[in-house]
Amino acid sequence: MSGIWVVIEDRDGRVSRISWEAVAAGQKLAALTGLSVHAAILGAHTELLTAEVAAKALSQVVRIEHPLLDSYTADGFTLALQQFFAAEKPDYVLFPHTYQVRDYAPKLAARLGQTLIGDITAINDGPLFTRQLMQGRLSGSYRHSGNGPCFVSVQAGAFRADAAQPGTAAISLFSPSIEPSQIRTRPSERFRGAAQTVDLGSAQLIVGVGRGIKDPANIPLAQELATALGAELGASRPICDNGWLPAERQIGSSGQAIAPKLYLALGISGAIQHLVGIKGSQYIVAVNKDPGAPIFEVADYGIVGDLMEVVPALIEAVKASRQ
Amino acid sequence: MKIIVAIKQVPERDAQIRIDAAGKWIDDSGLQYALNESDAHALEEALQLKEKHGGEVIVLSAGPERVGSTLREALAKGADRGIHIDCADLNKLDALGVARLLAVAIKPEAPDLILAGLQSDDLGQGQTGVILAELLSLPHSSLILHVDKTETGLTVKRELEEGWFQLIELPTPAVLTIQSGGNKLRYATLMGIKRAKTKEVRLLHATELAADSSPVVILEHVALPQKQKFTQMLTGTPKDAAIALVEKLKFEARVL
Repeated sequence: MSGIWVVIEDRDGRVSRISWEAVAAGQKLAALTGLSVHAAILGAHTELLTAEVAAKALSQVVRIEHPLLDSYTADGFTLALQQFFAAEKPDYVLFPHTYQVRDYAPKLAARLGQTLIGDITAINDGPLFTRQLMQGRLSGSYRHSGNGPCFVSVQAGAFRADAAQPGTAAISLFSPSIEPSQIRTRPSERFRGAAQTVDLGSAQLIVGVGRGIKDPANIPLAQELATALGAELGASRPICDNGWLPAERQIGSSGQAIAPKLYLALGISGAIQHLVGIKGSQYIVAVNKDPGAPIFEVADYGIVGDLMEVVPALIEAVKASRQ
Repeated sequence: MKIIVAIKQVPERDAQIRIDAAGKWIDDSGLQYALNESDAHALEEALQLKEKHGGEVIVLSAGPERVGSTLREALAKGADRGIHIDCADLNKLDALGVARLLAVAIKPEAPDLILAGLQSDDLGQGQTGVILAELLSLPHSSLILHVDKTETGLTVKRELEEGWFQLIELPTPAVLTIQSGGNKLRYATLMGIKRAKTKEVRLLHATELAADSSPVVILEHVALPQKQKFTQMLTGTPKDAAIALVEKLKFEARVL
């Protein structure tokens, strides 16, 4: 067995923030288990990423290079890591919980007779891994049993990227053998969906609308509150999926990430995909009829009540305070 | 095209969740259940593909007896037949164990396409479809919003992060996990509900499927999540709460 391995991902040619968070999680796990931490980077050309990662307190950084790893495919990445881990026999393999990891890590784990413990938010003695259940209403503690590597993916924002300790790591190269015929999917270049004319990312005040608004006829009420505050209007995914507001106003992992002074969430329960997008907010206010809604766990101020009563009262109170 | 849609019955979105006495899972007494949201979109995608290209839509679900009502609901929306893997303690299995059961049921059907929702609203692991592909040695793609049939297989639209998308070409048979919101869900018609009563639902017993389902990953206990912040709750009439909130935002948080 050879300790803890963290699989690094890039974003626009640099190590992604969530990968540093996974490294920090690896170092936390190392402190609990006494194991050493290593990193693996996959691609066709990994020199630049490797140099970045090798400047952290890791035992080793391995470049897993092959021309067929140039663009991501589940088949290519699974094969490469399967071959690499067959030689390395890791105790733990940590991934950043990204869309890409969700696409292949469960497959890799299954190939080795394992199950991924996905989207964890904490690591405690045991080790026990915490992940959310019931859309964030409960948290569960998971344990790995039996032989073989334990696969874990780490939720965005659960560990601090700047907690990844600096140092100097040895670098080595691994060349997997992959045949073109083993790659069964053909991905295209990525493209943007809707025109992005609304920049929620730089808005200072944002009102967000969720399922609790119930009817598209109630959207103007939320807009009226946004106008009274001088705020932009955003929404959770279901609202945009239903076409009640355009997709460019979607906040969350598949939409925009926001960092306003104030985020006022109306009828938003607080699914993790939404919370990931709002965590840069300075103050969060939640209005929801369900006092158990997970949004209240991250809110600074909360009102439990019916939107149809609370929002008109808020519009009036905001207008009165501005006079 | 012969399509199998793997669906899951989950507690209703607004259900009040209580932890059971052992602290191991939720107390299911009096809980209302519904079809998992992204699975409903997977079913819709399958029904639309059948309308365009012909074929058969089979819905497959594992769980206790109550799962039968969710299978009937899918049949009422237009699925042709159902397979129910009777499994009383589904929540004791891990993702690999559940996928192994489903794979054993799928294999003899030899479908052209297997669809699953992206993730369940209860456990939220988002792994079943991807593991199924591995167990059945099929290509897959996940987070799919739209499926087009081509001469040689499929072209699918995959969601990436932060508003990006990608097209993926893959041969059939294949497995896709479907993201919510890519299509508009239909309602069951009265005629559909009537017809569903006579459609076949085959019952398989988990214990007879000879799939190794002993868990590698164990849910030790569940708890209410720890609060990340102290939340000041503003109470009273809506008017009182609204005025108090605006005061706080203006003078305490200083953001207005």
